[in-house]
Amino acid sequence: MGEFSSLACVTRLIKLIHKYGAPKRFYELAGTLVPWLAALTAVLMVVGLYLGLFWAPRDYQQGNAYRIMFVHVPNAWMSMMAYVAMAVFAAAGYIWNMRLADILAKVTAPLGASFTLTALVTGSLWGKPMWGTYWVWDARLTSELILFFLYVGYMALQASIDDARRAAHASAILAIVGAVNIPIIHYSVYWWHTLHQPASLTLTNQPKIYISMLIPLILMSLAFTLFYVTMLCVRARSEILWRERNADWVRKLVGSRT
Amino acid sequence: MTADLLGAMRAVFVRELLVFWRRSTEVMTALVFFVIVTTLFPLAIGPERRELMLVAPGVLWVAALLATTLSLNHLFASDYQDGSLEQMLMSPYPLSAMVFSKIAAHWVLTGLPLALLSPLLAIQMALPMKAIGTLVGSLLLGTPTLTLIGAVPAALTLGVRGGGVLVSLLVLPLYTPVLIFGAEAVAASAGQGFASVAHLSLLGAFLALALSFAPWASSAALRVSLD
Repeated sequence: MGEFSSLACVTRLIKLIHKYGAPKRFYELAGTLVPWLAALTAVLMVVGLYLGLFWAPRDYQQGNAYRIMFVHVPNAWMSMMAYVAMAVFAAAGYIWNMRLADILAKVTAPLGASFTLTALVTGSLWGKPMWGTYWVWDARLTSELILFFLYVGYMALQASIDDARRAAHASAILAIVGAVNIPIIHYSVYWWHTLHQPASLTLTNQPKIYISMLIPLILMSLAFTLFYVTMLCVRARSEILWRERNADWVRKLVGSRT
Repeated sequence: MTADLLGAMRAVFVRELLVFWRRSTEVMTALVFFVIVTTLFPLAIGPERRELMLVAPGVLWVAALLATTLSLNHLFASDYQDGSLEQMLMSPYPLSAMVFSKIAAHWVLTGLPLALLSPLLAIQMALPMKAIGTLVGSLLLGTPTLTLIGAVPAALTLGVRGGGVLVSLLVLPLYTPVLIFGAEAVAASAGQGFASVAHLSLLGAFLALALSFAPWASSAALRVSLD
């Protein structure tokens, strides 16, 4: 009985995915969602930045320099989440041949790469006053850099295959292999680092975080997550338009605007 | 069926050896590259033995890794062009088994000679004698992993614009764990750290993981490329 109901549940889910998984339906749905998502992102970001820059107290050791954390940590967090999302979308597209999932995976890659790059840049800007140098072969910085290379490879493979379906499937396999490798890479780099020198200078060694610092951090993390979802919708919409440029509904849509 | 499968795998393995043997320049290129790159380092750093010894594990391992990457282009390319890969796809045997044979033959002709050649270069790089055994061992454990992982991007980039450079771009980030523990194992037995057994065990673990995952992933990649 339980098996039957879970089966029904899955069937229902698949029906729902089919309903909104059609590029045209997703285009419309995302179109109505984008303004709300964008507004919510803006509000969260403004409030989070205000609280982070003005309300949160100075750190007794790091002074005001620590405040870059409110941008750095959400970006580092999103850089990893975006890779997971990309691999899941890519796998769904590969396994079930879902065009929408292919599109979502493809447009996630540049977003994830820019989160990674921002995390790296803000990390080294923070490192200059704290460590006295812009770059340290810290385990986290190193694995973040390798993550960036993985994103670049994924985008390069996407760009070098013209056929959309083949590009999606080929890069899906790469994303899955990368996803299997990421934990291995992370722990390898971590062990490599700890073998070389004691981890004396890491973010985790800060004194326990105050609640007044935690609240802006959570707000900013939410803001960046929503920023990702917003940008995902915006970029997926333009990718859909490009891929369906010969379909009737796109012709009508574009024709009605001009 | 199992006997048939093993027979088919052996046939592919022997064929690969034969084909590569007759086109031996391609095999030699990777080896010569390994030798030349390693030779460049003393020229750039200076002949000071103490400094060479310090960088030797890293230099030898990076050179071996780049040589393996360079040879990846030969893994599927000619079979892709002359249609043999499509024949393998249509054969009644699982493609992953055929791919496994191809990878094994490729390693026998590139990774194995590279590992056997490495002691000579180690002496050039002033690596202590006690570390040479570890170097050969780490290369014997590490290079098959490199070839196995590399087979996936090699299969993905078949017939793609700028395939050769693209393979290196895709594969080098995936190689970092093997590089870390390979070089660290050599450095450890050269007397710069802990015992090398732990590193070698991890290299063995990577090899086991790659053996179970890579033939399957690269045959999936081949199916996409041949589609």
